[in-house]
Amino acid sequence: MARLIRTEKEVEGRFEEVWLVVEEDPLTQWPAGPLTLVGRDATRQDAPERVRGEARFTADIQLPGMLHTAVLRSPHAHARVQRIDFTKALALPGVRAALGPGEAKGLEEEAGFAGAPVAAVAADTFEQAQAALAAVEIEWEQLEVVLDPEEAVARELFTAPSARYARGDFERALAEADVVVEGTYRTSVVLHNSMETHQAVCEWVGETLNVYISTQYIWGVRDAVAKELGMPGDKVRVVCEYMGGGFGSKNGPDEYTFVAAELAKRTGRPVRCALTRREENTAAGNRNATLQRLTVGAKSDGTIVALGGEFVNAVGWSGWSAMTEGPTQMLYACENVRTVRHGAKINTPPMKAFRAPGFVEGTFSLECLIDELAEKLELDPLELRRRNYADSNDGTPFSSKNLMQCYELAQKHWDRRDEVRARSTDTWKHGVGMASQIWFGGGGPPSYAWIRATSDGRFTVVTAMQDIGTGTRTAMALIAAEELGVPLDRVEVVLGDSARGPYATLSAGSSTTPSVGPAVRAAAADAKRQILEIAAQRYDTEERVLDIKDGIVISADGNVSTPLESLLEILGDAQILGKGGRGPNPTGMSVLTFGVQVVEVAVDVETGEIRVERVAAAHDVGRIINALGARSQVEGGIIQGIGHTLSEQRLMDPETGRILTTTLDAYRMPTIADVPEIVCEFVDAPDEHLTNLGSKGLGEPPIVPLAAAIANAIRDATGADVHELPISREEMLRALDAAKKKEKRGAPAAV
Amino acid sequence: MKLTVNGGEHVVDAPVGTSLASLLRNELGLTGTKIACNEGHCGACTVQIDGVPTLSCITLAHSVRGEVTTIEGLRDHPLIEAFVRADAVQCGFCTPGQVVSAAALVAANPAPTADEIRHRMAGNICRCGTYPRIEEAILHWRD
Repeated sequence: MARLIRTEKEVEGRFEEVWLVVEEDPLTQWPAGPLTLVGRDATRQDAPERVRGEARFTADIQLPGMLHTAVLRSPHAHARVQRIDFTKALALPGVRAALGPGEAKGLEEEAGFAGAPVAAVAADTFEQAQAALAAVEIEWEQLEVVLDPEEAVARELFTAPSARYARGDFERALAEADVVVEGTYRTSVVLHNSMETHQAVCEWVGETLNVYISTQYIWGVRDAVAKELGMPGDKVRVVCEYMGGGFGSKNGPDEYTFVAAELAKRTGRPVRCALTRREENTAAGNRNATLQRLTVGAKSDGTIVALGGEFVNAVGWSGWSAMTEGPTQMLYACENVRTVRHGAKINTPPMKAFRAPGFVEGTFSLECLIDELAEKLELDPLELRRRNYADSNDGTPFSSKNLMQCYELAQKHWDRRDEVRARSTDTWKHGVGMASQIWFGGGGPPSYAWIRATSDGRFTVVTAMQDIGTGTRTAMALIAAEELGVPLDRVEVVLGDSARGPYATLSAGSSTTPSVGPAVRAAAADAKRQILEIAAQRYDTEERVLDIKDGIVISADGNVSTPLESLLEILGDAQILGKGGRGPNPTGMSVLTFGVQVVEVAVDVETGEIRVERVAAAHDVGRIINALGARSQVEGGIIQGIGHTLSEQRLMDPETGRILTTTLDAYRMPTIADVPEIVCEFVDAPDEHLTNLGSKGLGEPPIVPLAAAIANAIRDATGADVHELPISREEMLRALDAAKKKEKRGAPAAV
Repeated sequence: MKLTVNGGEHVVDAPVGTSLASLLRNELGLTGTKIACNEGHCGACTVQIDGVPTLSCITLAHSVRGEVTTIEGLRDHPLIEAFVRADAVQCGFCTPGQVVSAAALVAANPAPTADEIRHRMAGNICRCGTYPRIEEAILHWRD
């Protein structure tokens, strides 16, 4: 039964208080640990078609008569279109239509960054559309350019009001501390660079707009497009069955969708608008750069008494200011905390959510600072973390927290320190570092699923969610099959179509499995209950003694043992329809994910080359649904983290604001040759307060602690304090030089 | 122009300057070959020409003399099952290119070492980070 509640909703660390209609969640959780299917290894149900190249991505959609779009982008970091004339462009071969500023959402007269979209041309081929762009006559009025986030802060150019937070008395606690450590940390812009670029194909069929789009949120695109075009939501159908990566950059529709919809309307033909790889590197969003000044004060026994910081998010022209101060507020027990966070509005490409936005950056600074504190206190970094273990989130109890168990799992990897350091030579220094992780990932209501059982004993889960490559389709099938008591291959999952299923949440914020999973289990339980009702009548027995195990209907007294398909044969064309909704999150509790990573590195002190040799990860994300898929997620997060820690560097011309690294040759993402040994473990304990599953999300946690763990391993190896990402060779050599000048004591391997 | 793809001969009409990737995808409907960067940096568009891994997005269709093999021609290759078994796929956009590169590798060297795999597969970028699984899939492709 549905009921109305007032609750706090969290997405990517952003909270809002909302009214929510939620379903009751009366199912008790399954017992802890691996079950028949859930918690064990399963290969992906859609792996064969993805591997064989049969999966149809948005990039593969070819509709009859489809036109292609090229987007005119500002070459200036800040300018206004004074005059635009499409006459010559429209006369070129194949060109069908053009849009100027204001003619589709996202095409603006004022361009706030180099790469901002201002106009678009549709033609029979993409090459023709591109050629037409060169023929568009455009005059610009140059406007003042601000590229330096610190200048923006000084001038109070913000994307949103600054966020101030305080508990206790930070100043007084700092004054009373035995030891104080301060640090300034910088992180750079990181690009998502999903393999499939941002794109949409739009076509009008009667009064319905079909949108094929590479997106993390089909329902969100449906609502945003319907709102912008003044249409009812059910007149917009959004389809994304297979999706080529997003990592947070594809949570909304953006200009390419509105451009394709408008051009399709004007031309009466389907229209594709797809970003090129170079546009992807300039205009599709990024993890913003940060500047962070942190202070920690501690007693000589290691008790942290004061934590504070000023955090500047260089947001760019648009985007939001993520909670970079989150780890400083939440990771450790500390009574006196004070933070301020500014979101600098500057003339650079927009911020978009990127895999744990804010917390990746804020964990780098905090966890480096904690290690510097440990060094000063001459305390084991892991022991220092244990001594400052937080039992609540600023007074709010955790729904579950097993970080201590993660530390226990990590202990054996941490104990390799002496052995690893002993491998050091004159030039190659080896060391071990660690960092902890805290992040959201509890998901929330609403999300819904339907299950259809047919006379052949097969089941179809129907839900308007999406699988962006994380394996959520398979996770849902596992949950349904476990609850139904049938083999996995009896369950199909239909997803990725807003017109063909009930609402499901977005695939971001590590929220899909914890949000949709409980709805799928509830739907399966509903379907199973109906099946057992039929079985009770068919076999003239009591419903309560019946169950389904491995596809067989059985009774506790042993009188019934019939394959499910034999029972369901009597359905004929009748179907059993189960439905389920996601229940509420526990009230008055913080639902968070935790983990720790231990990294082994080798540093060439002559050249500054850094090799990550081994990463051991232990994460607590509640119940594990697919053990194989979970390990893949952790590995992927770690590898992506190695990229932004060591090699990925987006360069911008500091004078003009133009992006200099626009290709995958210049922007260096990890290859298979850059991958270390990765060991991954889970606590795998259901969160007893969270839904009928006790599962949290896992997409983001593994990328959170990695950069800090690498930096701490570098300090262990060389004594050098790294305060900047990426840790290029130049940065490494600078840090080594600074360490030499400081003549640090206690640097274990360099001495 | 004439082109042999996956054992079949095709006569196609394509303007000079058309890339092999574009011809395969748009003229022949072989969309298993993906275009992710369209400038030869990522490997998603990898096909084989006479068994040699080739970046089809920077290969002019008219310059192709040999026999082209795309992912559609490798759908029965044991590597497919090896990739599925090892979970060597997340979003799957780079995966067909990975399989085409790997098929060329194991054809030349049926028992590659981990180092050889890392060397020969380094031109195929996977943003989801399935690399350890790809390595495992290729190491055990005949199992």
